[in-house]
Amino acid sequence: MNTTVRENRNGERAQREQFVAPSSSVLEDNDGYTLQVEMPGVNKEGLEISVENNELTILGHRSLPAVEGTLIHRESRSNDFRRTFELDPSIDAGKISAKVEQGVVTLTLPKAEQVKPRKITVS
Amino acid sequence: MSLIRYQSPEVAWPALGRLSNLRDELDSLFELPFLSNFASQTQLFNGWTPALDLYQSNDNVTAVVELPGMRKEDIDISLHDGTLTISGERKHEVGDEKAERSERYVGKFRRSITLPTRVDTSKVNATYKDGVLTVTLPKAEEAKPRQIQVNVA
Repeated sequence: MNTTVRENRNGERAQREQFVAPSSSVLEDNDGYTLQVEMPGVNKEGLEISVENNELTILGHRSLPAVEGTLIHRESRSNDFRRTFELDPSIDAGKISAKVEQGVVTLTLPKAEQVKPRKITVS
Repeated sequence: MSLIRYQSPEVAWPALGRLSNLRDELDSLFELPFLSNFASQTQLFNGWTPALDLYQSNDNVTAVVELPGMRKEDIDISLHDGTLTISGERKHEVGDEKAERSERYVGKFRRSITLPTRVDTSKVNATYKDGVLTVTLPKAEEAKPRQIQVNVA
């Protein structure tokens, strides 16, 4: 499989005790990749996205609503979210953009101009 | 569906601290990326079970559900016979069909939980923020704790 927005497992392994790995999905089209990461309880302020050595790291701090009372049943995890992806060399790291909407982080990773498919007209 | 009340291992088993370590180990095992594909496949059979927390205070019962990426109108909350049901559907977004790899669940889900006390159904309030749904259910008057004054005769 040509998964070019690949996950970096080593980075994950070192940190797995403090963090929750969020579910994600990768879409590809001619212009680039779209990465969607599920981080319920994370808003713009709690999000840290960094690119280093061709590795994209998404860190999400939850800001959960303050609820009065005692917890009587729990299924959620309070840990922060963290996941690292290895970027394909074709991605233009300087043009990555991100938005967060209802706990889903959407990253747009455009491909560099020179790797985009193009038609050459015969003169 | 019956739900088992959550008890943190530290409280339930004060002498068995190592058990909780083992549990944490197992929990972290399931977070490993190579298992995530497996997890998304089992979702085909199990559907989506969003994490639900339940709080109780003197006045309210509050349910907090993790529902990332929903639209407000696709969430349905109902109360029947002391059971709170949260259901809905996450729709395919444009472009989803060409997903190279997806762990995100698309489709219907349904969660029910039996409330610990009677609630005032007319005053239930729900908010959806940052992908987290908070349902506040005020307790019915007769279910609220009451202080009883002791009179000295």
